[in-house]
Amino acid sequence: MKANCWTGISSVEVEEVPDPKILNEHDAIVRITSSAICGSDLHLYNGFIPTMKKHDILGHEFMGEVVDVGREVGNLNIGDRVVVPFPIACGRCNSCQRGLYSCCENSNPNAGIAEMMMGHSPSGIFGYSHMLGGYPGGQAQYARVPFADVGPIVIDDGIPDEQVLFLSDIFPTGYMGAEMCDIKPGDVVAVWGCGPVGQFAIASAFLLGAERVIGIDRFDYRLRRVREKTGAEVLNYEQVSVLEALKEMTAGRGPDACIDAVGMESHHANPAMYAYDRTKQAARLETDRPFAIREAILACANGGTVSVIGVYGGLVDKFPMGSLMNRSLTVRTGQCHVQRYMKPLLDRIRNGDIDPSFVISHKMSLSDAPSGYRMFRDKQDDCNKIVLYP
Amino acid sequence: MSKYDPTTERMAQTLGYVSLGLGASMTLAPRVVTTLAGVDDSALARLMTRVVGMRELMHAAGLLAGPPELVWTRVAGDAMDLPALLIAMGNRHGTRRLRAVLATAAVAGITAADVYTAWRTLSERRQGERGGVTADNVYTAMRRVQDRTSGSVGPKHVEAAVTVNRSPEESYQFWHDFSNLPRFMIHVDSVEPRGDGMLHWRAEEPLRHKRMEWDAQIVEDRPNELIAWRSVDGAVGPSMGAVHFDTAPGGRGTEVRMELDYPESPAGRVGMAVAKLAGEAPDQQARDDLRRFKQLIEIGEIVRSEGSPEGTHTRQLLRQRPAQPLPS
Repeated sequence: MKANCWTGISSVEVEEVPDPKILNEHDAIVRITSSAICGSDLHLYNGFIPTMKKHDILGHEFMGEVVDVGREVGNLNIGDRVVVPFPIACGRCNSCQRGLYSCCENSNPNAGIAEMMMGHSPSGIFGYSHMLGGYPGGQAQYARVPFADVGPIVIDDGIPDEQVLFLSDIFPTGYMGAEMCDIKPGDVVAVWGCGPVGQFAIASAFLLGAERVIGIDRFDYRLRRVREKTGAEVLNYEQVSVLEALKEMTAGRGPDACIDAVGMESHHANPAMYAYDRTKQAARLETDRPFAIREAILACANGGTVSVIGVYGGLVDKFPMGSLMNRSLTVRTGQCHVQRYMKPLLDRIRNGDIDPSFVISHKMSLSDAPSGYRMFRDKQDDCNKIVLYP
Repeated sequence: MSKYDPTTERMAQTLGYVSLGLGASMTLAPRVVTTLAGVDDSALARLMTRVVGMRELMHAAGLLAGPPELVWTRVAGDAMDLPALLIAMGNRHGTRRLRAVLATAAVAGITAADVYTAWRTLSERRQGERGGVTADNVYTAMRRVQDRTSGSVGPKHVEAAVTVNRSPEESYQFWHDFSNLPRFMIHVDSVEPRGDGMLHWRAEEPLRHKRMEWDAQIVEDRPNELIAWRSVDGAVGPSMGAVHFDTAPGGRGTEVRMELDYPESPAGRVGMAVAKLAGEAPDQQARDDLRRFKQLIEIGEIVRSEGSPEGTHTRQLLRQRPAQPLPS
């Protein structure tokens, strides 16, 4: 089959690889009908996630048709149309049973590597480094889906791929980001990063009853999209001081909740500030550039919540612990526990509360994945979200 | 961040100070040195002492300011000094000869330290080059410090623990069916009950992959709480093993604790260090075994990825396949 493989920093190639087969009795094989490139794939592309190996298949947002099932998969039939959640979760350990699917205790056979870096291991993830399992991803014609009896959700009506594909990651991720803010009537929510996850966080904050939502980014085309598609207010951090602007917009209180939808590769309007952390990152003195999270903490209202859904890999420097502690802030975080959101969010889509296809800007063939990655990273042609068709 | 173990760096540093001391005394007070070494009767020996002293100062400068691998220059120096001293020793008699013997013995001792430190720099450098993972030299160093402080280089007594989402009854029964053990104990081929609480173990010796067999006697068996066994002759394998089952607080399942005692052997520390590098040290194995036990009792099978098709195994962490389907 054809698959999009990581071949080094800033390099992916569509290669001919063997077809997947069942390795565990809880597996299913899925023929992929559509797959997307995620902003977090760019962290792999840019070489900031350790333990990638040449020829690793990328991709963790995909859906398709079940073509084979292992003996223990009783809930799926060949021919079922399914969306696959990006965290791989066994459904039987304590974490899974508490709904913390992305912290599954069994799905990462390489837990030892993750424990060295993070103390404890999170779940395995499709196409996301060997530290997170060494599982091939879904930017391919077929994928093996472990624990197919737990993760995938069956879509049994004619609702198009484009409306349900993002149940695999970015819609639930944005939604969980907003849900962790525990939004109450009158709350103002600020969202750092207006990429697709930020856009879903903004839309979800409105769904959950936020009074006002403010999106922060530096690309006008994204800010325009946010204003038009979600009705949020926007700030371009290259043009205004975000801290001052947020104080001004909230009469000094600051946003009640701040969502970091940026993660480890954030930017700063001041080139000197950017260079400081970029240099340290290049020298491996820190793995992640934390501009967005620093600002989100400083901006947040006293007693407010900082919700982190942007992906971090390792260590950051100059973390404003004093601001966090002295002002009674709450930090909530997590790779999305997608399995627990798929059903309720599918209902929201069916009810017409939201049509997730609003984020798509480009559709292309799987064989064009290399140019898609370049385009998405370099923000060419107002690229917002790419869907690949095998 | 340095690629060397802190101990290696400290050893190289110490040898640097030794060079500084030797070099300083040999160049500033060559007479004292020649007298102590029993070669004060030769003009050539006095000249050579000064020259060697200058060389020692160069070793010192290199080791104190440069990378630890410069300890190899000391090894080269030793290779010149030892033969010279042996010749000098052979040509002397009486108390001079005694002094020369003592000096030669001292130099031989330092040579051993030099060679050992040099070997450490070499093996650590190879290890660093094999690593190949990008951002984690920081973590490797952190782990080294942890390992050192916990003193786990050559464990004789190994403990590992895991919490499983099953009752103590189920956990105990699963374990007590000894035919289950090879399913999660990586090196164990079979465990066969032979009546009267006797267990016959067949296993593969880690690293050397040699087959070995031994008998163990169950010495304690408390249902849903504890199973303990002891090797009959204690020649191979763990001399003692035990597994404890305790109810985890608040309905969190069962805390399973395993302990193993290994017989003491003279090659223990070195052998254990080699095993650790290969992911085959007993403590690593015990942890892996319990992870696999957890997968089996919670899911019913060992979880495999294409990068780690054998499933959880510390050895596998170093030998990842690419994350793409296995060739048919």
